[in-house]
Amino acid sequence: MALLKVEDLHVYYGSIHAIKGISFEVNEGEVVTLIGANGAGKSSTLNTVAGLLKPKSGSVILNDKSLVGIPAHKIVNEGMALCPEGRRIFQQLSVRENLEMGAYTSDVSRLEEDIDKVYTLFPRLKERYKQIAGTLSGGEQQMLAIGRALMSHPKILMLDEPSMGLAPILVSQIFDIINRLHEQGTTILLVEQNAKMALSVANRGYVLETGRIVTTGTGKELLHNDSVRKAYLGG
Amino acid sequence: MLSYFINGISLGSVYAIIALGYTMVYGIAKMLNFAHGDVIMIGGYMAFCSTAYLGWPAIPSVLFAILVCTVLGVIIEKLAYKPLRDASSLAVLITAIGVSYFLQNAALLIWSSNPKAFPNMVKFPNLVIGDIQISSVAIVTIIACIIIMIVLTLFTTKTKMGKAMRAVSEDKGAAQLMGINVNATISMTFAIGSGLAAIAGVLLCSAYPTLMPTTGAMPGIKAFTAAVFGGIGSIPGAMLGGILLGIIEIFAKAYISTQLSDAIVFAVLIIVLIVKPTGLLGKKISEKV
Repeated sequence: MALLKVEDLHVYYGSIHAIKGISFEVNEGEVVTLIGANGAGKSSTLNTVAGLLKPKSGSVILNDKSLVGIPAHKIVNEGMALCPEGRRIFQQLSVRENLEMGAYTSDVSRLEEDIDKVYTLFPRLKERYKQIAGTLSGGEQQMLAIGRALMSHPKILMLDEPSMGLAPILVSQIFDIINRLHEQGTTILLVEQNAKMALSVANRGYVLETGRIVTTGTGKELLHNDSVRKAYLGG
Repeated sequence: MLSYFINGISLGSVYAIIALGYTMVYGIAKMLNFAHGDVIMIGGYMAFCSTAYLGWPAIPSVLFAILVCTVLGVIIEKLAYKPLRDASSLAVLITAIGVSYFLQNAALLIWSSNPKAFPNMVKFPNLVIGDIQISSVAIVTIIACIIIMIVLTLFTTKTKMGKAMRAVSEDKGAAQLMGINVNATISMTFAIGSGLAAIAGVLLCSAYPTLMPTTGAMPGIKAFTAAVFGGIGSIPGAMLGGILLGIIEIFAKAYISTQLSDAIVFAVLIIVLIVKPTGLLGKKISEKV
């Protein structure tokens, strides 16, 4: 049974019909990716699932509970964490304070233990825990953003363009981390422009084009699909 | 000379406490709450009524003023500003000016335009060192300002709510994703700012004991100037800006001209903004993509 089930989702920005009836599902323990060009509606989809955007119609169901209409700040409690596009860490807070914000709704008694877990995953953050987050490098900021999202013990972790703006070596580091989280059993919904990397770590993928899903399949199938190769993988 | 300096710090402390309200609200809600000065006036009237009419002692009447202003601040935010959360900043600004007039005219209806003599709330004798006399009100004001600064700094750096406030002021969307209730945080900020305004109102009226419906307007504008001077959005900036402004004003009054002192204060602001547009401690936030 699907952990997250999105059905016939329609989202508008004013009069612009950005998402035109998207349906997809993510099963427990899976890494699922949404790929597509700029403006295809990938981020809008994640933002709608996370409650930052309100859909016109359609349903978002996590663990048999509908999330539509729940304000964004309460959706965290339902077990969903979004690591947003552009990282959006709190630049003027310290690394540790950023992690504390990630645990805003969680049990205080588990705070130290959870922070230690993130430090084990990202030893660099431990070295810099006192530093103001805005002074971290791009890769470190992305690690912090992922670590912050993990602090709420999400049932499903949504990553929006985690490789954006990073040097190739850091991109592969980030994907290593995604692989590691996958092995630990974390369910991940990944949005990426780097389709090749995304499909190589994903169990399944969906291809979005101008607000619609045009193709779906396992990561391997899509990697070898001719039209996907032409459009997103450079031939 | 020294007594001017202390008077300056004392007046500056009042500006600083008011400026904190401006700067915190600006930091979180990204709006200039021009009704803030009038909340000061309401605070003054509340303390006045509870002592002069009800005969309450100083401490309970100050607490009463704080309570009323805190509630008032939250109500103003809910009724006037919250519906405009997504509106243009100009619309919010005009609304704030409207709220300011509303409060002034409400006070005019209730208490009339006759100045009220504010009762002396600070019952300690003045401090005399050699031939310098320091008024007890000045001492209380400075101490209050220091305590407020320490408590606020601890609040924003040590408590969960305070850290959440800083997070909201930086990125509302990301804060929501953390599970922070942005609306509640904004209400909280208005509550704190308005509570501080009540304290400022009592201190101001103790130093200059005439209370009118327009009492809050000028200090409000000056404290706003102080907040911009120090760097709007920055808590230490508001403190520094307020105190410097108070000192400049008192010295300008003493050595240059009483009439021109306000002009001098605003001229200093203009110069600072030309040289350093973000204010003394204001941070220039570079947008990273």
